[in-house]
Amino acid sequence: MTYPANLKYTETHEYVKVEGNKAYLGITNFAQDQLGDIVFVELPEVGREIKAGEIFSTVESVKAVSDCYAPLSGKVVEVNDKVTDSPDLLNKDPHGEGWICAIEVSDPKELDKLMDVAAYEKHAAEGGGNH
Amino acid sequence: MRGLEPLIFEVSKPGRKSYSLPALEVEKKPMSEYLPGGELREAPAELPEVAEVDLVRHFTRLSQLNHGVDIGFYPLGSCTMKYNPKINEEVANLPGFTDIHPYAPEETVQGALQMMYELQEYLAEIAGMDKVSLQPAAGAHGELTGIHIIRAYHESRNDSARTKILIPDAAHGTNPASGVLAGFQTVQIPSNSRGGVDIEALDKVMDETVAGLMLTNPNTLGLFDENIEKIQEIVHKRGGLLYYDGANANAIMGIARPGDMGFDVLHFNLHKTFSTPHGGGGPGSGPVAVKKDLAPFLPVPVVEFDGEKYFLNYDVPNTIGRVKSFYGNFLVMVKAYAYIRSLGPDGLREASKDAVLNANYLLRRITEYYDLPYDRHCKHEFVVSPQRIKKETGCHTMDISKRLLDYGVHPPTNYFPLIVDEAIMVEPTETESKDSLDYFADALIAIAKEAYSNPEMLHKAPHTTVVGRLDEAGAAKNPRLRWRKGM
Repeated sequence: MTYPANLKYTETHEYVKVEGNKAYLGITNFAQDQLGDIVFVELPEVGREIKAGEIFSTVESVKAVSDCYAPLSGKVVEVNDKVTDSPDLLNKDPHGEGWICAIEVSDPKELDKLMDVAAYEKHAAEGGGNH
Repeated sequence: MRGLEPLIFEVSKPGRKSYSLPALEVEKKPMSEYLPGGELREAPAELPEVAEVDLVRHFTRLSQLNHGVDIGFYPLGSCTMKYNPKINEEVANLPGFTDIHPYAPEETVQGALQMMYELQEYLAEIAGMDKVSLQPAAGAHGELTGIHIIRAYHESRNDSARTKILIPDAAHGTNPASGVLAGFQTVQIPSNSRGGVDIEALDKVMDETVAGLMLTNPNTLGLFDENIEKIQEIVHKRGGLLYYDGANANAIMGIARPGDMGFDVLHFNLHKTFSTPHGGGGPGSGPVAVKKDLAPFLPVPVVEFDGEKYFLNYDVPNTIGRVKSFYGNFLVMVKAYAYIRSLGPDGLREASKDAVLNANYLLRRITEYYDLPYDRHCKHEFVVSPQRIKKETGCHTMDISKRLLDYGVHPPTNYFPLIVDEAIMVEPTETESKDSLDYFADALIAIAKEAYSNPEMLHKAPHTTVVGRLDEAGAAKNPRLRWRKGM
């Protein structure tokens, strides 16, 4: 299983893709594989202030319901409406079309606490912990 | 295989009927003259038209597509799908129980009230509690009732700061749901490396904002929490109460009592532990038992005995009120009563011992192929995880369970508890013979071998059932719940 090198990752299997001051949040390829067929994604409200570590979305698969924890703090500026009708985008293209929401990053320093691709690959290969 | 049974609408033929009416004795007129007020429907109802024999065959065939404990092994973890002795049904069909009305005067239903009263007493004794209400209609309903009682207790002491309920990460999903529904914020407590409550984590969050802890013991891993005394001490010392989720009580009847472990309130699932049928959405029954300090908060009515007659007592000073119409699911109580009376104390104890023995036997037969996340003796159920199979063959728990259908057994609980990756949760119950346990173990071992020799066949299982692998994502996203013409 591969993960893009330009993303940062959390232990709880969310990723963040930073583009300027904006960051796209989603769940990793590992997470979608663990969850199985995803049938529902709860999107946050645009304008909501989220703190790092807070639940920003809930993803439901045929196996389980799973909370998604924000890798960074910031204000939600955009949500991916496409996943409402096609939640399987999270399975098909988790790091691309299957993003969940975008935030305006409030503290770029928080990025330093996240894993780079090498650290995350190792984490996932070891089973990914109990999340 | 016979293949898919057609819908009753698909076997319908215009004009075919299952009745013959006697000759008309009144003048024949159009229906609109009898009912001129617009009551008549404009389009025909389009009911299926079939002969009696075809109707009977259709529904009999449908009934044969079911799986149940009377058909085969049903090791669904945490659900206690034990065999339900048919004497329970005999007793529940006695006219003294079936031919009475909830509004009948108390003096005419003394037998029914006596049964309820005695059942309350038996359950209190088995639980190690002081008082019981038979009102709640199911396990989760019992949980909600119990949590409301905890809330009412704290409120009666003018302690309104307690806004949280603690719940271990191994808990049944209904526990956090009940906490939230009762207006609490739920806080998750992690498990330790032995599969029990992480005492340090509990110690850290247990303070004066916590109303109580909900615990299943043995828990959903089938493991008895060895630190229960320590846990109850931490919770009680800081003013919290302990709720016991009785879903797994089949492991402890006559051996350990939640009341003695320090629990303040609990529910039992009569439809699990006390052998009343379940699995189709009901009817269940989830009586709640409490220590005497909580008795003033029980839902009403409670059945009492004044030395001469039995009566429904509505005079409970701080009652949380009614939680169910009339008196709970009455006939389910009758069946549980029949079960308790026919087994007696020694029989119940034997049932729990055999449930634990069966689970441990089965567990040790399959661990060569299935990994055990917590290597301990289990109680009435256990959780294994096919980690090696997954890594080496790409076959998942879902594939293994679907393949089990081809072997004619109901799969165990899958993907729960969530703290175990690829969980397979097995509860054989005490009513299975060594033969049926061996058949199941052999099937699991055969499937493990199939995973290596023919993984593709597992991915596509089941192969011998009426329908094959279903589109679960499609069923969740676009459910078609009702037939419509032209579909």
